[in-house]
Parts: sequence; structure tokens; C-alpha cells
Amino acid sequence: MIERFVPLNTVGVPLDRPNVDTDAIIPARYLKTLKRTGLGVGLFFAWRYDAGGAERPDFPLNRPSFRGGKVLVTGENFGCGSSREHAVWALMDFGFRAVIAPSFSDIFHNNCLKNGMLPVTLPAEEVRLLIDAFLAAPGGKIRVDLAAQTVTGPNGDVHPFAIDPFAKTCLLEGLDEIALTLKSSPEIHAYERERKKATPWLFLDLAG
Amino acid sequence: MPTLFEKIRDRHVVTAREDGNVLLYIDRQLIHEVTSPQAFEGLRMAGRSVRRPGAMLAVPDHNVPTTPDRADRIDDRESREQIEELRKNALGAGVALFDITDPRQGIVHIIGPESGLVLPGITIVCGDSHTGTLGAFGTIAFGVGTSEVEHVLATQTLWQSMPRRMRVTVNGALRSLVTPKDVILAVIAKIGASGGTGYAIEFAGETVRKMSMEGRMTVCNMTIEAGARFGLIAPDETTFAYLKGRPLAPPPSLWDDAVADWKTLPSDPDATWDREVALDASDLEPHVTWGTSPQDALPVGGVVPDPEAQPDPAERARMRRALDYMDLVPGTRLTAIPVDKVFIGSCTNARIEDLRAAAAVAKGRKVHAGVTALVVPGSGLVKRQAEEEGIDRVFVEAGFQWRLPGCSMCLGMNPDRLKPGERCASTSNRNFEGRQGPGGRTHLMSPAMAAAAAVSGRIADVREVAR
Repeated sequence: MIERFVPLNTVGVPLDRPNVDTDAIIPARYLKTLKRTGLGVGLFFAWRYDAGGAERPDFPLNRPSFRGGKVLVTGENFGCGSSREHAVWALMDFGFRAVIAPSFSDIFHNNCLKNGMLPVTLPAEEVRLLIDAFLAAPGGKIRVDLAAQTVTGPNGDVHPFAIDPFAKTCLLEGLDEIALTLKSSPEIHAYERERKKATPWLFLDLAG
Repeated sequence: MPTLFEKIRDRHVVTAREDGNVLLYIDRQLIHEVTSPQAFEGLRMAGRSVRRPGAMLAVPDHNVPTTPDRADRIDDRESREQIEELRKNALGAGVALFDITDPRQGIVHIIGPESGLVLPGITIVCGDSHTGTLGAFGTIAFGVGTSEVEHVLATQTLWQSMPRRMRVTVNGALRSLVTPKDVILAVIAKIGASGGTGYAIEFAGETVRKMSMEGRMTVCNMTIEAGARFGLIAPDETTFAYLKGRPLAPPPSLWDDAVADWKTLPSDPDATWDREVALDASDLEPHVTWGTSPQDALPVGGVVPDPEAQPDPAERARMRRALDYMDLVPGTRLTAIPVDKVFIGSCTNARIEDLRAAAAVAKGRKVHAGVTALVVPGSGLVKRQAEEEGIDRVFVEAGFQWRLPGCSMCLGMNPDRLKPGERCASTSNRNFEGRQGPGGRTHLMSPAMAAAAAVSGRIADVREVAR
């Protein structure tokens, strides 16, 4: 069961880099957990802290004016690399509820939707405007309204965005996707019966 | 006129939604210890069970140490717990497990094909982005997150939208010591790290047709580094010959039917593509990466590029950051870059053919003073075969360490990792900041090139070393 997505009115946090990979979002050594929670401590670890463990004061997440922000605004191809869902869990554990970027990696995008995190794709020029606005006036607010499919920047600039209607419903209602799919159990059974006849070699038990 | 991808997809549609998304039947799922514990926990919390345990195979690979005493002791408590949790979950659900002491244990994307469970025309997923490796068999194979691992455990299906279609055609004979790794690095450099986002990429052309299954797996393995979740190659006689007789391949009684079915899979000649890319491989050189994205690959004869020559300000800033992290100066010859460590292994390049190629360069030479070089076979079976061929002795005599199978130094999760500031010639797939350990610096290349770097103490052109 995922959390319902509620409208956000929050500080926008700019991360002005393209190709932010999931190793940067959450390094592999934090993936040894058996849980989905508590991963915020490792979020952007190498960028948040120096080699001695002290906070890097210039990294956006460490700047007082950006603290508590729930919307990350960043460059293209965000979340590329590893499929680790821990990247989404870490962002959410830290407090983020939406990420805005010109593009996302396919797997990261999917992982967001499964956890109630909203990935918003906007044209690169509009993301540029937002990042520049937050850098020029840190602490500026951003509104994200999923029902209306709009982002409103700190200067009142409104940016409509597209989203898959089914994903939208799941986010707004906090639906359990497995429960929905299990309603198709009769179709799954029927499919398996047919496939077993056509390609019996695919039903060999791998456990022997 | 459908493509290979469309043919496979069409035969796996269980039901469709009005928005065009389909419920895709997933024939098989591979499971490893890092991305599965929360999926099994999710099932338990919802009171659900594994729908088809016989369609799953589990293996520990990311966390496992590669040193000989690993069966007796794993010092890292969290790693040990993840491996134990996988064992508990697999045994509890009746899922096949190649445990840490099993001679078939190894990297998940290597043991799947080895056992014969990856067959043309199937759909197969794993909670790992390099699952695209298995598309080399003409399959829809893709990486998923933990929530989707759980969805497949519970339902044997996934909801999918239709990706766009890209064909990458590679023609021309590869020159001596130029390998499939160089082909895929050149493709990624050409289309960029996000050039394949939203696409399924089919690799075609005579260069691909002439590759072994090992080489094809290397190519498909790194498709994700161009942003594409799916990399596919049409099945052919090379594919069938690789599969025949493997333990989980179709038994003799079903073999002919299976092959007849597989022969219908290749894309029709009049199939349509949303994007086509062509690469002439006949003048391709060995490639090396200089930066922190797999797209930062250049022929080994080149120099570190100058960000100031880059017109796009965002790309200029990215390149500056990358060079700063890599501690490199523009204009430096790539072959002048010294290395501290060499890693030959990973799901990209730890199959027998890779080890043979590296051993051919290592034979009769010595690892350069001050360099630590690791060879990590991709599976217990690869290790055994290499030992039967005497490849292990070639490496050991040259001063390489010969290890037990696992993901090892690809990802900084087990004891094999770089120290801050160390520079590594690596046959793995990602040169991201900190990927091989915090502060570590990665140069991606082929196994032959990595062996050349090991004996030279710096990045080297294998064609000169092996001359």
C-alpha cells in the first residue's frame, strides 16, 4: 500500500546536474538493509559529506534555506544506472515527495510511481527557469498539484505536465497494484493453460 | 512486419487496459540478495505467497566475498544477514537456490544463461538493471525495482507500456584485439547515456551475427548504460548451439519443437523502427572511458578531452566536474594515465571467453610493480572451466589474484573495493563517481585492455602490448 499523494506547497531544492545516477543517490554500501526505511542517512552521501564526515556547506541539501524542501528540481536522465529502489526510498525517507527533471531513467521513474513519489517531466527550458529561480532566491516555494497536473514556480509561473492516467489514479488514491492485478487471476490462469500447451518447455520446474 | 520485441510481447499479453498498457506474463525471474528481501517481506505482510516458485532461481552475488574462506566466515554482519535472508526466503518458498557453496553459484546474469533457463522468446526479469544481458538470447529481459520483484512473485506478471523501437546495426569485421566491449562502448558514446531511454534496442548486422553468445551478452549487458532497459539480438544457430544440452534447456523430446518456434522470432524484414543507428566496426579501435559516465568513451589512442572546447554550457560543466573527480588534465594521452588496480570480472566481462582474452595478454608477462590485479570468474562453472584450461595458472604466474565468483569490485558492496583516490582499469560497466568504492576512479575497457593495463602499470593499447 502506498501513501496517497497530496498537493505540495514547499521549498524547491535545486540540484543542477545532469545524469544523476542511483549510485550517487544512494551508494551501494547502504543497500545491505533488509528494510525500506531509514535510508535517508545515505542519500547523496558523497556529495553531502566530505571525506572526514563533515557536511559540505555548499551542497544544496545542506544549505539552511533549502532544508525541509520536498521537491527536488534537477537535470536530465535523473536516476540512471542501477535499478535499486533504495534510491526512491532514500529520497522519500529524507522527505522528498516529488522530483522534477527534463527526463528520468525508465526504471527509476517506475520505482517512483510504486512508492507514491511523483516524477514530473518538464521541458528542459522550464526546468532551467525553475533551477535558476531557486538558486537566485533560495527558499522560494513551489507548488505541485497532481490532480490539476500543474507545477507553480516561485514567480507564479505555471507549468502543466503530463502523466499516465493509471499512474495518476494510483498515486492519488494510494492503490495497491498487486491487489489490482490479482483481480485478473482468472486471465492469468487461462493464459498459463494455453501457454503450457503451446510451449511446454517453459513450464519445466527450475527447482527440479 | 513486427519486430522481435513485438513478437515476444504479443505472445505474453494476458490482458490489456484501455490506455494501451498490457499485463505481460513473465516466464521467469532471477533473484539476488540485495533487491529481494523487501519484496518477500511485502508478500508476508500482505499474506500472499509466491505464485510459481518453479519459475524462479535465486543466487547470492552482490555481497559475497571472493576470498577462499567465505563459506566459513563473512565478516560483514549486514552482508551475512542478506545472504541468510535470501536462503531463508528461497527455501521457504520452494525457489531454486544456487547457494554460496554451490559450484553453480555466480553472478546472476551469468548463471542464468549457463544453466539454460534463458531461452529465445521468453520474458524474464530480475531486480537488477543489467538483466538486459539476457536479451542476447532473443528475449524480453529487463531490470525492475523491488516493488516489481514483489509483483512478479505474487502474480507472475507486470504491467508494461510499449517501448519505442531502435535498431543498432553494426557491420564490418572487428580487427584483432578489438572486442564486443569496444563495440558497445562506441555505441554508448555515439547515442549518449540517455539516448536509449524509452527504447528497446535490437542489435543487428554482420558484426553481431559473428559474435559468440558471450560477446552478445557483453553488448546487451551495457544497453542500460545508454538508458535502454531492453537490448535484444535475434536468436540464430549460435544461440541454439549454446543452449543445446544445458540442464534447464528444453529436453531432447521437446528440442525440435522449441527450435522451430524460436526460428519464427526474428524481426520481419519489413519491420518498422522509430530510430535507426549504424556503426562501422571495421575501423573500430579499443575503447577506454575517461570520465564518470559510460558515454565518456574514446579510442585508446586519444587524449583527455577539453571541456572548454565544448559549446554547450551544461555539458561543459558536467565535463569539468568529471575531470575534477577523475583528477585528469585535458590533453593528457589516455595511455599516459597510471592505474593502481585492475579488475577483470563483472556481469559484463567474466565469462570464459573474457578470461581467455585477458590470459592471452597476461601470459608470460608480469603485473606491473605497485599494481594490484584481480581476476574474478563470473561463476563457479566459468572458474572450473578456466582451471581445466590452465588459465588460472597463467594469471597467478603473472601476478594476478585468482578469486571466487561474485560481483566483486564492480560495485563497492563487498570487501573488494577501491580506496579513495585509487584508479582502476576495469572490465565492469559503470564508471560513476564512487561506484567501485567511495572516491575511487574507474576506467572502463575490455578484458584484453585491462590485462594490458595490469602489465603496463598504466592504460595501454593492447595491440602494442601484445605485439
